[in-house]
Amino acid sequence: MTLAESRGIKGPTEREAEAEEVKEGAHPGPLEYVKIGLILAVITAVEVGIYYIEAIEDVLVPILIVLSAIKFTLVVLWFMHLRFDSRLFSWLLAGGLMLAGILMVIVLSTLGGRLV
Amino acid sequence: MSHTPAALETGTGLDNRKLLMWLFLASECLLFGSLIGAYLLYRGQSVVGPYPEDLFDIPFTSVSAFVLLMSSVTMVLALAAIQRGDQRGLRIWLLSTALLGLLFLSGQAFEFTEFNHEGLSLSSNLFGTTFFVLTGFHGAHVTVGVLILLSLLVMAWRGRLTQSQSLNIELAGLYWHFVDVVWIVIFTLIYLIQP
Repeated sequence: MTLAESRGIKGPTEREAEAEEVKEGAHPGPLEYVKIGLILAVITAVEVGIYYIEAIEDVLVPILIVLSAIKFTLVVLWFMHLRFDSRLFSWLLAGGLMLAGILMVIVLSTLGGRLV
Repeated sequence: MSHTPAALETGTGLDNRKLLMWLFLASECLLFGSLIGAYLLYRGQSVVGPYPEDLFDIPFTSVSAFVLLMSSVTMVLALAAIQRGDQRGLRIWLLSTALLGLLFLSGQAFEFTEFNHEGLSLSSNLFGTTFFVLTGFHGAHVTVGVLILLSLLVMAWRGRLTQSQSLNIELAGLYWHFVDVVWIVIFTLIYLIQP
């Protein structure tokens, strides 16, 4: 037994292995991915289903946008791991989306288009 | 991956390749934002047909959307497989993702052909121009994604993708999921929400 081992000091390999365990522990397992996939499938079915319901025609657009936003969020948070990764990646995506949104609003408001 | 020793030596503490991929995806938001913006700007302004309501087949496109969504699930399962060292699982899920991507592309090719038979082309009216440019660009991204997946599949079959190289799968996955979320937006704004 080395002096470091006798004092309970961990080597670089052990520290890396520990870091790996912590990282993997934070990631969802295959079962959770499948659950998210099922939720996405159900939301898609609901989207298509309500598209044909004439009674909710007046509120159809906001409902579809909300459902679409939920699907978008689920994919980026779980499948693209933004929920578990560095915040910097989330800021990069948010920055890109914000710029795209600003661009769209400026173009549509200046040239007379409509979002929906 | 970001927790590899090499990654920790970077200025940000993050893997530079992953950072670059996110920067690329952020720039892609602008590309697709401008294409979707152009479609919305000219929506309902075509003076000659065919019009979207004459052509869109929502049940068919819903199946396509479902196929692409499920390909995201198989992609993330491929990542989970390589991260636990399951080479067989990696190959199965990569192949499934590529096949689902090809199925989506086949559906898009069928849809484009049908629309063309109905008289819609890139130059027939404003709807044709903006629709084909937007969905064509998206289809081109899916095609690139399928080629990346097939390359990774060949690497996996040759034993050149090990657990320590899972970042390759993660980067391909980020690109693939991004293409999927773009379709989530297109499916809702272009197909389901019509003036």
